Amino acid sequence: MNNIITLSNVSYSYNKGTPLEKKALNQISLSIGKGEFVAIIGHTGSGKSTLIQHMNGLLKPDVGSIIIDGQDTKTKGLKELRKKVGIVFQYPEHQLFEESVYKDIEFGLLKHHIPEEERKRRIKETASILELSDDLLEKSPYELSGGQKRRAAIAGILVLQPEILVLDEPVAGLDPAGCKELFNIVLQLHRVKKITVILVSHSMEIVADYAKRIIVMENGQITMDGFVDEIFSREDELRAINLSVPQITKLMQLLNQKDNTINSKIFTVDKAYEEICKKVKKNHD
Amino acid sequence: MIKDITLGQYLPGNSVIHRLDPRTKLLMTVSFMAVLFVLNSILSLLISMVTVIICYSIANISYKYAFKGIKPVLYIIIFTVILNVFFTSGEPLLVWKFITISKEGVNSAILVSLRVLTLITSASIMTYTTTPIMLTDAIEKLFKPLKKIKVPVHEMAMMMTIALRFIPTLIDETDKIMKAQAARGADIGTGNLLQRAKSFIPILDPLFISSFKRADDLAIAMESRCYRGGEGRTSMRVLKFSTKDLLAFSVFILFTVILFVLQFFV
Repeated sequence: MNNIITLSNVSYSYNKGTPLEKKALNQISLSIGKGEFVAIIGHTGSGKSTLIQHMNGLLKPDVGSIIIDGQDTKTKGLKELRKKVGIVFQYPEHQLFEESVYKDIEFGLLKHHIPEEERKRRIKETASILELSDDLLEKSPYELSGGQKRRAAIAGILVLQPEILVLDEPVAGLDPAGCKELFNIVLQLHRVKKITVILVSHSMEIVADYAKRIIVMENGQITMDGFVDEIFSREDELRAINLSVPQITKLMQLLNQKDNTINSKIFTVDKAYEEICKKVKKNHD
Repeated sequence: MIKDITLGQYLPGNSVIHRLDPRTKLLMTVSFMAVLFVLNSILSLLISMVTVIICYSIANISYKYAFKGIKPVLYIIIFTVILNVFFTSGEPLLVWKFITISKEGVNSAILVSLRVLTLITSASIMTYTTTPIMLTDAIEKLFKPLKKIKVPVHEMAMMMTIALRFIPTLIDETDKIMKAQAARGADIGTGNLLQRAKSFIPILDPLFISSFKRADDLAIAMESRCYRGGEGRTSMRVLKFSTKDLLAFSVFILFTVILFVLQFFV
């Protein structure tokens, strides 16, 4: 697999050279392949947000280098890079500012000098993916509901057709239905357009449901990196840094204590359902 | 990006200066500034400057950090020095073609730059060692007598506290929105003047909205905790003058007297 993101030995500190200096990233090396779906987990202040801001050159490493799709983030041409890497920040609806949703989605396209025909086509396409109706596009972003605002803001990023999509807590403050809807859209993009997705989340359930690989951060360093089942099997280590396993896994562990033929290494509700059904059927027979 | 402003930021510490009553620090800073304007001899100003530098080491603030804070002001100082040196008439010290540098010019250039530097460094030592909340507490207490003539002292202090409290929040918010817009391809602060001004709209607009929203939230939070202004309100931090403060005041007065003696008799 081709690596689209390569970080070697990256360190970064805030407030350099002052008594308030704080090391946010400490010698991070990491590579992410094209088309991967990676989740980054870690408790607040572990450096997740700082890390993702390095991925499109918003922050530049003090030490080390970051190569995104063959381009070093320290070189010129950041704008091109930012077209390639779309970052959806926490509460992205705070970045809405134009008089209509349409214009707000158009903002990034204008900045990248995309011709009008192409702009229209792309906005229409993105709006339909995110289920933003035509009359919604004409409204002011401030008239929208929370979920609609979120989708409008995300549309403003997806419309640039990034090859890498970085999502920082994309569903914080959304209701369960909105949350599921949003992730289905992301998953769809990941499967159909083969975009690389990097997801920062506090919800182990979401991570287990959607990601394939998990990166665990602690104190500005990567402490674990592996497939979902691999990481969630190391429960004690996760617990030591105030993280945990999905709720459903806890349930399966409890069931496993009653009956050790039940597999406890299950991380999603669907898999748990299958396992329990299998067990129930066996007991019937 | 925007977080690089260091002048006037509080630096936690536990030095004698940190522990002084904020009223002491405020009063001394204000009177010291007044003294600086009256002082007219290079020697006295130099001694003031050195004293301020000593205060920095007492307060445990690194010179490097302090220097970083005054860097932007240095340009203004350099500018005034140039103006003073070249455009003050008086006894010529150096004549080269049409440029004349006078003795008075050099003298006043040194005076002005020393004065401005000392002013800024002494004022920032107060803000480096006092939390903004303490400072507004001090202002409220010091202006309390004005309540007699119906000046809304408490309300004004409250407004100041709130404003100060939200500066870091606003800076964070600005930083976030700037990054979010930059991630969409916005180039902030580039191009010609008009383009540059326009490029700030995507930042200012959301910032305004969120500030209003935040003010509204704060008003509701205050109402629901039954905030009713300053009447009969007690303070969590009770300010108390101690021997330290008395000592600091005495040293300060003595120091001022010495400065004036030096100015008039040496």
